[in-house]
Amino acid sequence: MHAEDPSAEGKMAGAPPGAGAHHRHDADHDHEHDHEHPHDEAEAAIEARVRALEEILTQKGYVETAALDRLVETYETRIGPRNGAHVIARAWSDPAYRERLQSDATAAIAELGFGGRQGEHMVAVFNGPGVHNLVVCTLCSCYPWPVLGLPPVWYKSAPYRSRAVMDPRSVLAEFGCHPPQEAEIRVWDSTAEIRYLVVPERPAGTDGWTQEQLAALVTRNSMIGVSYALGPEAAS
Amino acid sequence: MNGAHDMGGMMGFGPVRDEPEGCVFHAPWERRVFALTLATGAAGGWNIDQSRQARESLPPPDYLSKTYYEIWLAGLETLLAERGLVSSAELAAGRCLEPARAVERILGAGRVDAMIARGGPTLRPDGPPARLHTGQRVRARNMHPPGHTRLPRYVRGHCGVITALHGSHVFADASAAGDSATAQPLYTVRFSGRELWGEAADPGLSVSIEAFETYLEPADER
Repeated sequence: MHAEDPSAEGKMAGAPPGAGAHHRHDADHDHEHDHEHPHDEAEAAIEARVRALEEILTQKGYVETAALDRLVETYETRIGPRNGAHVIARAWSDPAYRERLQSDATAAIAELGFGGRQGEHMVAVFNGPGVHNLVVCTLCSCYPWPVLGLPPVWYKSAPYRSRAVMDPRSVLAEFGCHPPQEAEIRVWDSTAEIRYLVVPERPAGTDGWTQEQLAALVTRNSMIGVSYALGPEAAS
Repeated sequence: MNGAHDMGGMMGFGPVRDEPEGCVFHAPWERRVFALTLATGAAGGWNIDQSRQARESLPPPDYLSKTYYEIWLAGLETLLAERGLVSSAELAAGRCLEPARAVERILGAGRVDAMIARGGPTLRPDGPPARLHTGQRVRARNMHPPGHTRLPRYVRGHCGVITALHGSHVFADASAAGDSATAQPLYTVRFSGRELWGEAADPGLSVSIEAFETYLEPADER
């Protein structure tokens, strides 16, 4: 699998620094060579196991290969955080829409054509001066798929799930996000059925921007609540 | 169950590491595990609560040492074996040894988009009316069910305030045990950080959860 992508997803409990950089894309690639061979063997074993399972399931007629391909294609190319960015840009630009998003987020999001699986019952929470919202699922990985796509590895992993509810400021700091000391931090642990979308604050200096321009400032992380939207200087 | 999946308030897992947008899968096999899990649900007839239960029932050391999609794979294998759709012998051999069972339905490629668009709404408008109300102070019950539950350990025994009512929804605990007919009122309950974590907690912190009605009791009840 190194040929395609050198970074498999990290173990649930995370890995100590340097213990195989294979779970992330950033620095520390030097470390991975120590572990390359066991890693490759484990990867080869799981690849073979998954291939065998898919063959069994197709041979038995329980699944259709074309359906599997369509599912993957959908979540790699059609359903992702750009959907949510359009919702946010609209809420920033249109006060009536913002109100609808506040009173019935599922319906307001559906107006823009997004909905369905893992977004059946949506609630939007709004950041403002002195209020910062953060979303987590401590029990598994509940996440609003129609607007954000599939969750990033860190959202599903133990470091985030364990600490976001107890010490969210330390998590935010790791994302470079430092709400003022007196700010209220509202954590939403999506334990059952409701899925949350954070509406970040509109960046200053964006008066008169089109929704398309604004959407480019809305990051996935800002809609989970671990960071702010980008500033106008990011759009160059 | 009090499994390794119930992570709120645990310590020692290290830093959270960001990754760029667009990293949806990190190996080709992850794509297949994701798609197989979604597609096999149609044939297997299990619900999402049963899938979650299959994953969180992994022994804690396994749960913590596997990657996310390894956990999905293990959960899928469990569900398939439990229902006799793929036997343990077949999983071990990596090939078909037995004829296929009759299944409810197969997800055809042409129905994928409709399945995603439909989703699986859990709201049951005919479900029982709410007996608790917004603004009411409630205590999360001190309960430790051996089966699936959506009440995290870190709130049990603690008091909070109901901030929203979401109508009646399929009761996840019963649904995981195969009863998808039972519905219960679902509430958002807000707890102060200090109530949950003590005086050292940030005074501005609040943590909200969704709670089914039987997870809660009026705070003055005991």
